[in-house]
Amino acid sequence: MFPAPFDYYRAHSVDDAVQALARFGDDARILAGGQSLIPAMRFRLARPSVLVDINAIDELAYVRESDGHLAVGAGTRDFALETAPLIAQRYLLLADTSALVADPVVRQMGTVVGSLCHNDPAGDWPVTALAARAQVSIRTPGGATRTVAIDDFVVDSYTTAVGTGEMAVEVRFPTPGTRTSGSYQKIERKVGDFAAEKLLAGAKPSKDLIRAAMREAEKIADPSPDNRGSVEYKKAMAGVLVGRAIAGALERLGVGGLK
Amino acid sequence: MKIAVTVNGERYERDVEPRTLLAYFLREDLGLTGTHVGCDSSSCGCCVVAMDGDRAVKSCTMFAVQADGHEITTVEGLEQGGKLHPLQQAFWDQHGLQCGYCTPGMLMTSYVLLKHQPAPNEAEIREAIAGNLCRCTGYQNIVKAIQQASTELAAEPAAAAVGS
Repeated sequence: MFPAPFDYYRAHSVDDAVQALARFGDDARILAGGQSLIPAMRFRLARPSVLVDINAIDELAYVRESDGHLAVGAGTRDFALETAPLIAQRYLLLADTSALVADPVVRQMGTVVGSLCHNDPAGDWPVTALAARAQVSIRTPGGATRTVAIDDFVVDSYTTAVGTGEMAVEVRFPTPGTRTSGSYQKIERKVGDFAAEKLLAGAKPSKDLIRAAMREAEKIADPSPDNRGSVEYKKAMAGVLVGRAIAGALERLGVGGLK
Repeated sequence: MKIAVTVNGERYERDVEPRTLLAYFLREDLGLTGTHVGCDSSSCGCCVVAMDGDRAVKSCTMFAVQADGHEITTVEGLEQGGKLHPLQQAFWDQHGLQCGYCTPGMLMTSYVLLKHQPAPNEAEIREAIAGNLCRCTGYQNIVKAIQQASTELAAEPAAAAVGS
Protein backbone atom coordinates (compact mmCIF):
# COMPACT_ATOMS: atom_id res chain seq x y z
CA MET A 1 0.00 0.00 0.00
CA PHE A 2 1.14 3.55 -0.64
CA PRO A 3 1.51 5.98 2.24
CA ALA A 4 -1.18 8.60 2.74
CA PRO A 5 -0.34 11.90 1.00
CA PHE A 6 2.07 14.21 2.76
CA ASP A 7 4.12 17.31 2.06
CA TYR A 8 7.87 17.03 1.76
CA TYR A 9 10.51 19.46 2.93
CA ARG A 10 14.24 18.96 2.47
CA ALA A 11 16.24 20.55 5.28
CA HIS A 12 19.80 21.71 4.69
CA SER A 13 20.88 22.33 8.27
CA VAL A 14 19.76 21.35 11.76
CA ASP A 15 18.40 24.88 12.32
CA ASP A 16 16.52 24.65 9.04
CA ALA A 17 15.00 21.30 10.12
CA VAL A 18 13.97 22.55 13.56
CA GLN A 19 12.44 25.70 12.07
CA ALA A 20 10.54 23.54 9.59
CA LEU A 21 9.18 21.39 12.44
CA ALA A 22 8.00 24.56 14.18
CA ARG A 23 6.38 25.80 10.98
CA PHE A 24 4.60 22.57 10.09
CA GLY A 25 3.31 21.69 13.55
CA ASP A 26 2.55 18.51 15.47
CA ASP A 27 2.02 16.18 12.53
CA ALA A 28 5.43 16.80 10.95
CA ARG A 29 8.00 14.03 11.28
CA ILE A 30 11.73 13.86 10.65
CA LEU A 31 12.69 11.54 7.77
CA ALA A 32 16.16 10.06 8.32
CA GLY A 33 16.90 6.61 6.83
CA GLY A 34 13.19 5.87 6.64
CA GLN A 35 13.68 2.13 7.12
CA SER A 36 11.14 2.02 9.96
CA LEU A 37 9.09 5.13 9.20
CA ILE A 38 8.37 4.38 5.54
CA PRO A 39 7.09 0.82 6.19
CA ALA A 40 4.98 2.25 9.05
CA MET A 41 3.57 4.85 6.66
CA ARG A 42 2.89 2.18 4.06
CA PHE A 43 0.91 0.16 6.59
CA ARG A 44 -0.80 3.43 7.60
CA LEU A 45 0.48 2.97 11.15
CA ALA A 46 2.05 6.41 10.76
CA ARG A 47 0.40 9.29 8.91
CA PRO A 48 2.57 12.39 9.17
CA SER A 49 1.25 15.44 7.28
CA VAL A 50 4.78 16.63 6.50
CA LEU A 51 8.14 14.88 6.27
CA VAL A 52 11.22 16.96 7.02
CA ASP A 53 14.03 15.13 5.24
CA ILE A 54 17.41 15.42 6.98
CA ASN A 55 19.34 13.21 4.54
CA ALA A 56 20.92 16.22 2.81
CA ILE A 57 22.44 17.54 6.06
CA ASP A 58 25.97 16.25 5.56
CA GLU A 59 27.24 17.66 8.86
CA LEU A 60 25.04 15.16 10.73
CA ALA A 61 26.86 12.12 9.34
CA TYR A 62 29.80 11.46 11.67
CA VAL A 63 31.30 9.02 14.14
CA ARG A 64 33.67 10.83 16.51
CA GLU A 65 35.46 9.86 19.67
CA SER A 66 36.13 12.60 22.23
CA ASP A 67 35.89 13.37 25.96
CA GLY A 68 35.22 9.80 27.00
CA HIS A 69 32.47 9.01 24.54
CA LEU A 70 31.71 8.05 20.98
CA ALA A 71 29.40 10.56 19.32
CA VAL A 72 27.19 9.36 16.45
CA GLY A 73 25.32 12.00 14.46
CA ALA A 74 21.68 11.74 13.40
CA GLY A 75 22.73 11.29 9.77
CA THR A 76 25.04 8.33 10.43
CA ARG A 77 23.94 5.14 8.70
CA ASP A 78 24.23 1.80 10.45
CA PHE A 79 26.65 0.78 7.70
CA ALA A 80 28.97 3.73 8.47
CA LEU A 81 29.11 2.79 12.14
CA GLU A 82 29.56 -0.91 11.36
CA THR A 83 32.56 -0.15 9.14
CA ALA A 84 34.17 2.54 11.33
CA PRO A 85 37.58 1.09 12.34
CA LEU A 86 37.47 2.26 15.96
CA ILE A 87 34.21 0.37 16.54
CA ALA A 88 35.83 -2.99 15.91
CA GLN A 89 38.72 -2.05 18.18
CA ARG A 90 37.01 -0.53 21.21
CA TYR A 91 33.24 -0.57 21.03
CA LEU A 92 32.48 -4.27 20.76
CA LEU A 93 28.89 -4.00 21.99
CA LEU A 94 28.21 -1.47 19.22
CA ALA A 95 30.06 -3.62 16.69
CA ASP A 96 27.89 -6.63 17.60
CA THR A 97 24.72 -4.58 17.37
CA SER A 98 25.50 -2.77 14.14
CA ALA A 99 26.15 -6.09 12.37
CA LEU A 100 22.77 -7.49 13.46
CA VAL A 101 20.39 -4.64 12.58
CA ALA A 102 17.93 -5.77 9.90
CA ASP A 103 20.00 -6.79 6.84
CA PRO A 104 23.07 -5.29 5.11
CA VAL A 105 21.06 -3.38 2.49
CA VAL A 106 18.72 -1.82 5.05
CA ARG A 107 21.82 -0.83 7.07
CA GLN A 108 23.13 1.22 4.13
CA MET A 109 20.11 3.50 4.53
CA GLY A 110 18.95 3.17 8.15
CA THR A 111 20.39 5.39 10.87
CA VAL A 112 21.32 4.72 14.52
CA VAL A 113 19.60 7.82 15.89
CA GLY A 114 16.53 7.16 13.74
CA SER A 115 16.21 3.71 15.29
CA LEU A 116 16.43 5.25 18.79
CA CYS A 117 13.74 7.80 17.92
CA HIS A 118 11.47 5.14 16.44
CA ASN A 119 11.99 3.19 19.69
CA ASP A 120 10.43 -0.04 18.56
CA PRO A 121 10.60 -2.37 21.59
CA ALA A 122 11.94 -5.01 19.21
CA GLY A 123 14.55 -2.64 17.72
CA ASP A 124 18.26 -3.20 18.27
CA TRP A 125 19.62 0.24 19.12
CA PRO A 126 17.32 1.15 22.04
CA VAL A 127 18.38 -2.07 23.82
CA THR A 128 22.09 -1.47 23.26
CA ALA A 129 21.82 2.22 24.15
CA LEU A 130 20.16 1.28 27.45
CA ALA A 131 22.86 -1.28 28.25
CA ALA A 132 25.65 1.13 27.27
CA ARG A 133 24.18 4.04 29.28
CA ALA A 134 24.05 6.28 26.22
CA GLN A 135 22.94 9.90 26.13
CA VAL A 136 20.95 11.62 23.39
CA SER A 137 21.34 15.28 22.39
CA ILE A 138 18.15 16.99 21.37
CA ARG A 139 17.83 20.34 19.60
CA THR A 140 14.93 22.37 20.98
CA PRO A 141 12.70 24.72 18.98
CA GLY A 142 14.53 27.68 20.52
CA GLY A 143 17.81 26.41 19.07
CA ALA A 144 19.28 25.20 22.38
CA THR A 145 20.59 21.67 22.85
CA ARG A 146 19.60 19.49 25.78
CA THR A 147 21.13 16.15 26.65
CA VAL A 148 18.99 13.31 27.98
CA ALA A 149 20.17 10.07 29.61
CA ILE A 150 18.87 7.05 27.71
CA ASP A 151 16.76 5.91 30.69
CA ASP A 152 14.81 9.17 30.39
CA PHE A 153 14.92 9.24 26.58
CA VAL A 154 13.12 5.91 26.23
CA VAL A 155 9.65 6.66 27.62
CA ASP A 156 7.57 3.77 26.32
CA SER A 157 7.17 1.69 23.16
CA TYR A 158 7.47 4.03 20.16
CA THR A 159 7.63 7.01 22.56
CA THR A 160 10.71 9.04 23.44
CA ALA A 161 11.59 12.25 25.27
CA VAL A 162 11.84 14.09 21.95
CA GLY A 163 9.05 16.68 22.24
CA THR A 164 7.00 18.52 19.63
CA GLY A 165 9.24 20.64 17.44
CA GLU A 166 12.39 18.97 18.74
CA MET A 167 14.94 16.89 16.89
CA ALA A 168 17.43 14.31 18.18
CA VAL A 169 20.81 15.25 16.71
CA GLU A 170 23.34 12.88 18.30
CA VAL A 171 23.74 9.81 20.49
CA ARG A 172 26.79 9.42 22.74
CA PHE A 173 28.05 6.06 23.91
CA PRO A 174 30.53 6.17 26.83
CA THR A 175 33.98 4.86 25.91
CA PRO A 176 34.32 1.47 27.62
CA GLY A 177 37.05 1.25 30.26
CA THR A 178 39.69 -1.45 30.02
CA ARG A 179 37.69 -3.70 32.38
CA THR A 180 34.33 -3.07 30.71
CA SER A 181 32.95 -5.17 27.90
CA GLY A 182 29.68 -6.07 26.30
CA SER A 183 28.09 -8.52 23.93
CA TYR A 184 24.90 -8.37 21.91
CA GLN A 185 22.93 -11.55 21.24
CA LYS A 186 19.83 -12.08 19.15
CA ILE A 187 17.70 -15.00 18.03
CA GLU A 188 16.02 -14.62 14.66
CA ARG A 189 14.31 -16.90 12.21
CA LYS A 190 15.86 -14.93 9.38
CA VAL A 191 17.74 -11.65 9.04
CA GLY A 192 15.59 -8.65 9.78
CA ASP A 193 13.70 -10.22 12.66
CA PHE A 194 13.37 -7.97 15.60
CA ALA A 195 15.62 -8.25 18.94
CA ALA A 196 16.99 -8.84 23.30
CA GLU A 197 20.13 -8.32 25.54
CA LYS A 198 22.06 -7.60 28.79
CA LEU A 199 25.26 -6.34 30.48
CA LEU A 200 26.48 -6.82 34.05
CA ALA A 201 28.54 -4.64 36.39
CA GLY A 202 30.28 -4.91 39.75
CA ALA A 203 30.04 -8.60 40.62
CA LYS A 204 32.86 -11.13 40.61
CA PRO A 205 32.31 -13.38 37.58
CA SER A 206 31.53 -17.05 38.15
CA LYS A 207 29.41 -19.73 36.53
CA ASP A 208 26.99 -19.44 39.43
CA LEU A 209 26.64 -15.71 38.81
CA ILE A 210 25.87 -16.31 35.13
CA ARG A 211 23.32 -18.98 36.06
CA ALA A 212 21.72 -16.59 38.55
CA ALA A 213 21.53 -13.87 35.89
CA MET A 214 19.97 -16.35 33.45
CA ARG A 215 17.32 -17.35 36.03
CA GLU A 216 16.65 -13.68 36.77
CA ALA A 217 16.22 -12.93 33.06
CA GLU A 218 13.75 -15.82 32.70
CA LYS A 219 11.83 -14.47 35.69
CA ILE A 220 11.63 -10.81 34.61
CA ALA A 221 11.07 -11.45 30.90
CA ASP A 222 7.44 -10.69 30.04
CA PRO A 223 7.07 -11.73 26.39
CA SER A 224 3.96 -12.11 24.27
CA PRO A 225 3.32 -15.37 22.45
CA ASP A 226 3.37 -15.13 18.65
CA ASN A 227 4.43 -17.17 15.64
CA ARG A 228 8.07 -16.81 16.74
CA GLY A 229 7.39 -18.78 19.90
CA SER A 230 5.41 -19.36 23.09
CA VAL A 231 5.83 -17.43 26.35
CA GLU A 232 7.63 -20.42 27.87
CA TYR A 233 10.07 -20.61 24.96
CA LYS A 234 10.75 -16.89 24.93
CA LYS A 235 11.36 -16.78 28.70
CA ALA A 236 13.82 -19.65 28.36
CA MET A 237 15.55 -17.94 25.43
CA ALA A 238 15.83 -14.68 27.39
CA GLY A 239 17.88 -16.67 29.92
CA VAL A 240 19.98 -18.33 27.22
CA LEU A 241 20.75 -14.99 25.54
CA VAL A 242 21.72 -13.35 28.81
CA GLY A 243 24.04 -16.29 29.59
CA ARG A 244 25.65 -16.06 26.15
CA ALA A 245 25.99 -12.28 26.35
CA ILE A 246 27.70 -12.33 29.74
CA ALA A 247 29.98 -15.22 28.79
CA GLY A 248 30.80 -13.45 25.51
CA ALA A 249 31.57 -10.16 27.25
CA LEU A 250 33.75 -11.89 29.85
CA GLU A 251 35.66 -13.79 27.18
CA ARG A 252 36.49 -10.46 25.54
CA LEU A 253 38.01 -9.36 28.84
CA GLY A 254 40.10 -12.51 28.90
CA VAL A 255 37.96 -14.11 31.60
CA GLY A 256 37.25 -17.58 30.24
CA GLY A 257 36.97 -21.05 31.78
CA LEU A 258 34.90 -19.96 34.78
CA LYS A 259 34.15 -22.27 37.69
CA MET B 1 7.26 18.23 -6.53
CA LYS B 2 9.78 18.64 -9.35
CA ILE B 3 12.78 16.37 -9.18
CA ALA B 4 15.82 15.71 -11.37
CA VAL B 5 17.31 12.24 -11.11
CA THR B 6 20.10 10.70 -13.13
CA VAL B 7 19.26 7.09 -13.87
CA ASN B 8 21.81 4.90 -15.64
CA GLY B 9 23.62 8.02 -16.82
CA GLU B 10 20.53 9.73 -18.23
CA ARG B 11 18.99 12.76 -16.53
CA TYR B 12 15.23 12.74 -16.00
CA GLU B 13 13.15 15.69 -14.81
CA ARG B 14 9.73 14.76 -13.50
CA ASP B 15 6.96 16.09 -11.32
CA VAL B 16 6.13 13.50 -8.65
CA GLU B 17 3.90 13.22 -5.63
CA PRO B 18 6.08 13.07 -2.50
CA ARG B 19 4.56 9.70 -1.56
CA THR B 20 5.73 8.06 -4.80
CA LEU B 21 8.18 5.32 -3.89
CA LEU B 22 11.38 5.13 -5.90
CA ALA B 23 10.60 1.60 -7.17
CA TYR B 24 7.31 2.78 -8.68
CA PHE B 25 8.90 5.94 -10.08
CA LEU B 26 11.47 3.81 -11.89
CA ARG B 27 8.94 1.27 -13.13
CA GLU B 28 5.91 3.39 -13.93
CA ASP B 29 7.22 6.90 -14.62
CA LEU B 30 10.45 5.92 -16.36
CA GLY B 31 9.34 2.53 -17.71
CA LEU B 32 12.39 0.79 -16.24
CA THR B 33 10.70 -2.41 -15.19
CA GLY B 34 13.92 -4.29 -14.55
CA THR B 35 13.66 -3.23 -10.91
CA HIS B 36 11.21 -5.68 -9.38
CA VAL B 37 8.81 -5.23 -6.50
CA GLY B 38 8.49 -8.37 -4.40
CA CYS B 39 7.39 -8.07 -0.80
CA ASP B 40 6.91 -4.30 -1.05
CA SER B 41 7.95 -4.01 2.61
CA SER B 42 11.78 -3.95 2.53
CA SER B 43 12.27 -7.63 3.36
CA CYS B 44 12.99 -9.37 0.05
CA GLY B 45 15.52 -7.15 -1.75
CA CYS B 46 14.08 -7.60 -5.28
CA CYS B 47 13.89 -3.81 -5.62
CA VAL B 48 17.52 -3.00 -4.73
CA VAL B 49 19.16 -0.28 -6.82
CA ALA B 50 22.51 1.49 -6.42
CA MET B 51 22.49 5.10 -5.24
CA ASP B 52 25.46 7.29 -6.21
CA GLY B 53 27.26 4.10 -7.18
CA ASP B 54 28.26 3.15 -3.67
CA ARG B 55 25.11 2.42 -1.73
CA ALA B 56 22.60 -0.39 -2.23
CA VAL B 57 19.10 0.76 -1.31
CA LYS B 58 15.71 -0.92 -1.27
CA SER B 59 13.77 1.27 -3.69
CA CYS B 60 10.40 0.21 -2.22
CA THR B 61 11.45 1.86 1.05
CA MET B 62 12.63 5.19 -0.28
CA PHE B 63 10.68 8.05 -1.83
CA ALA B 64 11.48 9.23 -5.34
CA VAL B 65 11.87 12.78 -3.98
CA GLN B 66 14.81 11.50 -1.92
CA ALA B 67 16.59 10.59 -5.14
CA ASP B 68 16.42 14.18 -6.36
CA GLY B 69 19.93 15.28 -7.36
CA HIS B 70 21.30 11.74 -7.00
CA GLU B 71 22.47 9.08 -9.43
CA ILE B 72 20.60 5.80 -9.51
CA THR B 73 21.84 2.68 -11.24
CA THR B 74 19.31 -0.02 -12.00
CA VAL B 75 19.85 -3.46 -13.52
CA GLU B 76 19.28 -1.89 -16.98
CA GLY B 77 22.41 0.20 -16.42
CA LEU B 78 24.77 -2.73 -15.96
CA GLU B 79 25.12 -3.82 -19.57
CA GLN B 80 27.36 -1.50 -21.60
CA GLY B 81 27.43 -1.31 -25.41
CA GLY B 82 25.73 -4.68 -25.84
CA LYS B 83 28.14 -6.41 -23.47
CA LEU B 84 26.86 -7.87 -20.24
CA HIS B 85 28.44 -6.64 -17.02
CA PRO B 86 30.78 -9.29 -15.57
CA LEU B 87 28.21 -9.88 -12.81
CA GLN B 88 25.44 -10.54 -15.33
CA GLN B 89 27.69 -12.82 -17.37
CA ALA B 90 28.68 -14.68 -14.20
CA PHE B 91 25.03 -15.22 -13.17
CA TRP B 92 24.48 -16.65 -16.67
CA ASP B 93 27.60 -18.83 -16.60
CA GLN B 94 26.99 -20.19 -13.10
CA HIS B 95 23.22 -20.64 -13.49
CA GLY B 96 22.72 -18.05 -10.76
CA LEU B 97 19.08 -17.57 -11.64
CA GLN B 98 16.05 -19.64 -12.45
CA CYS B 99 12.83 -17.62 -12.44
CA GLY B 100 14.81 -14.37 -12.38
CA TYR B 101 12.56 -12.50 -9.99
CA CYS B 102 15.20 -11.81 -7.34
CA THR B 103 18.00 -11.38 -9.90
CA PRO B 104 17.94 -7.57 -10.40
CA GLY B 105 18.21 -7.08 -6.64
CA MET B 106 20.90 -9.74 -6.30
CA LEU B 107 22.89 -8.08 -9.09
CA MET B 108 22.64 -4.58 -7.68
CA THR B 109 23.42 -5.66 -4.11
CA SER B 110 26.49 -7.57 -5.29
CA TYR B 111 27.46 -4.69 -7.63
CA VAL B 112 27.73 -2.40 -4.61
CA LEU B 113 29.37 -5.13 -2.50
CA LEU B 114 32.18 -5.51 -5.04
CA LYS B 115 32.75 -1.74 -4.99
CA HIS B 116 33.33 -1.81 -1.25
CA GLN B 117 34.95 -5.23 -1.07
CA PRO B 118 36.47 -6.27 -4.41
CA ALA B 119 37.52 -9.70 -3.13
CA PRO B 120 34.92 -10.89 -0.62
CA ASN B 121 35.17 -14.43 0.74
CA GLU B 122 32.20 -16.79 0.66
CA ALA B 123 30.99 -15.83 4.15
CA GLU B 124 31.16 -12.14 3.29
CA ILE B 125 29.16 -12.71 0.10
CA ARG B 126 26.50 -14.68 1.99
CA GLU B 127 26.28 -11.94 4.61
CA ALA B 128 26.06 -9.19 1.96
CA ILE B 129 23.09 -10.84 0.21
CA ALA B 130 21.31 -11.73 3.48
CA GLY B 131 18.69 -9.07 2.66
CA ASN B 132 17.99 -10.56 -0.77
CA LEU B 133 15.68 -13.55 -0.84
CA CYS B 134 15.76 -16.19 -3.58
CA ARG B 135 13.00 -18.77 -3.53
CA CYS B 136 13.95 -21.03 -6.43
CA THR B 137 17.57 -21.32 -7.61
CA GLY B 138 19.01 -21.40 -4.13
CA TYR B 139 21.97 -19.38 -3.06
CA GLN B 140 24.81 -21.73 -4.01
CA ASN B 141 25.07 -20.68 -7.64
CA ILE B 142 24.42 -17.04 -6.82
CA VAL B 143 27.43 -17.10 -4.49
CA LYS B 144 29.51 -18.84 -7.19
CA ALA B 145 28.48 -16.19 -9.71
CA ILE B 146 29.51 -13.34 -7.41
CA GLN B 147 32.85 -15.10 -6.83
CA GLN B 148 33.38 -15.43 -10.58
CA ALA B 149 32.57 -11.74 -11.15
CA SER B 150 34.90 -10.74 -8.33
CA THR B 151 37.76 -12.61 -9.98
CA GLU B 152 37.01 -11.16 -13.41
CA LEU B 153 36.66 -7.61 -12.16
CA ALA B 154 39.98 -7.91 -10.36
CA ALA B 155 41.58 -8.78 -13.70
CA GLU B 156 39.73 -6.00 -15.53
CA PRO B 157 38.81 -3.23 -13.03
CA ALA B 158 37.55 -0.80 -15.70
CA ALA B 159 34.55 -3.06 -16.29
CA ALA B 160 33.29 -2.31 -12.79
CA ALA B 161 32.24 1.24 -13.59
CA VAL B 162 28.90 1.74 -15.30
CA GLY B 163 26.46 4.59 -15.74
CA SER B 164 27.84 8.06 -16.25
